[in-house]
Amino acid sequence: MRVTLWGTRGSVARAGAGTVRYGGDTACVEVVGSDGTVLILDAGSGLLNVASCLPPTTTRVDLLLTHLHMDHIQGLGFFRPLRSSETETHVWGPVSTTMGLAERLARYLSPPLFPVRLRELATEWHDLEPETIQLGPFRITSDLICHPGPTFGYRVEENGRALVYMPDHEPALGHQRFPSDRRWTSGCGLASGADVLIHDAQYTEEEYAERVGWGHSTLGQAVAFASQAEVGRLVTFHHDPQHTDEMLDHLHRQMAETGTDVEVVAGTAGSTFEL
Amino acid sequence: MRQEPIELILLKQWSSYVAVPIWITDVDGNLIYYNEPAEPILGRRFDDAGEIPADRISQLFFTSDPDGQPVPNSELPLVVALTDHVPAHRLMRIEALDGSIRLIEVTAIPIIGQAGRHLGAMATFWEPQ
Repeated sequence: MRVTLWGTRGSVARAGAGTVRYGGDTACVEVVGSDGTVLILDAGSGLLNVASCLPPTTTRVDLLLTHLHMDHIQGLGFFRPLRSSETETHVWGPVSTTMGLAERLARYLSPPLFPVRLRELATEWHDLEPETIQLGPFRITSDLICHPGPTFGYRVEENGRALVYMPDHEPALGHQRFPSDRRWTSGCGLASGADVLIHDAQYTEEEYAERVGWGHSTLGQAVAFASQAEVGRLVTFHHDPQHTDEMLDHLHRQMAETGTDVEVVAGTAGSTFEL
Repeated sequence: MRQEPIELILLKQWSSYVAVPIWITDVDGNLIYYNEPAEPILGRRFDDAGEIPADRISQLFFTSDPDGQPVPNSELPLVVALTDHVPAHRLMRIEALDGSIRLIEVTAIPIIGQAGRHLGAMATFWEPQ
């Protein structure tokens, strides 16, 4: 599979000279299978970049939402294939105990918050439970992870390789020591042994101290989690909108100097890797 | 790698912070955790007792009604919460792991996660004044 990061920023899009290299668009990752099957993970503002790069031969796109916070859905209304009958589109997201996925999304995708109504989009909506499904060559497992509101992490497997995507995740929440027991750590089962883990690394240690419970991790926690889950490579993600390229360089350099048993790659918009 | 559902992970973490006794069982009725405030009532530290399989619980904790008459397992609050998926409450006596007999009130609720997944049950209990 080929994985491209189209939006790596967390919380809110941040364009400007300070976010050129890591990117200012919010969460969106494209995964293309060996047979050309296209998966898109999250629909942040980075989704607009995907539309312009999709091959004209693409007949179907499956879009998997981890959760419905604004920075993960704000690209939906601007994604051309959702308004076109030429491409079959399916949107998947976490089931809720109260309302269906489409009904929850319609709270945003309707006036006065947005001029286009959800029902005007030509797509199929799928409520996804914690389960495993097959989409083309991809075996996809969804599981709930620690973040406010029902939030999924996804494990995407093809040909024995595994990509795990946890853009918003606070596995350290409530732990008096972290990391500790794998069995009692959010996301550890899903991430176990993955070749690549794309994971939340939003905060510095100082920022986290003031934002415990907000659903995000520090770079150090992301590394500790990746090590605990025995993943091959950690790609940092969901960069804080206040963190400039320079600051992110510094944080990743600091982490590299401390030495880790996990390969850490800074998630930058537009970067592509093969599994 | 086995991992508990997030609902149980968060419940256990929350339980470790609150000052009321909490007992958590998984969907099969196995005891997976009780917190520090529960330890004096149950008569042993959780670190010493550890997790207890469902079929061992009734052998370790003898329960009866306030008059000393046996309570059928099916009427125990945790069993009701696990099997009927509804809250249940009862005044009962318990012989704890330290051999002491205590009168306790027990309230159990089912743990039903997202997508209606039955994940277990939790109980809080206290000695009436």
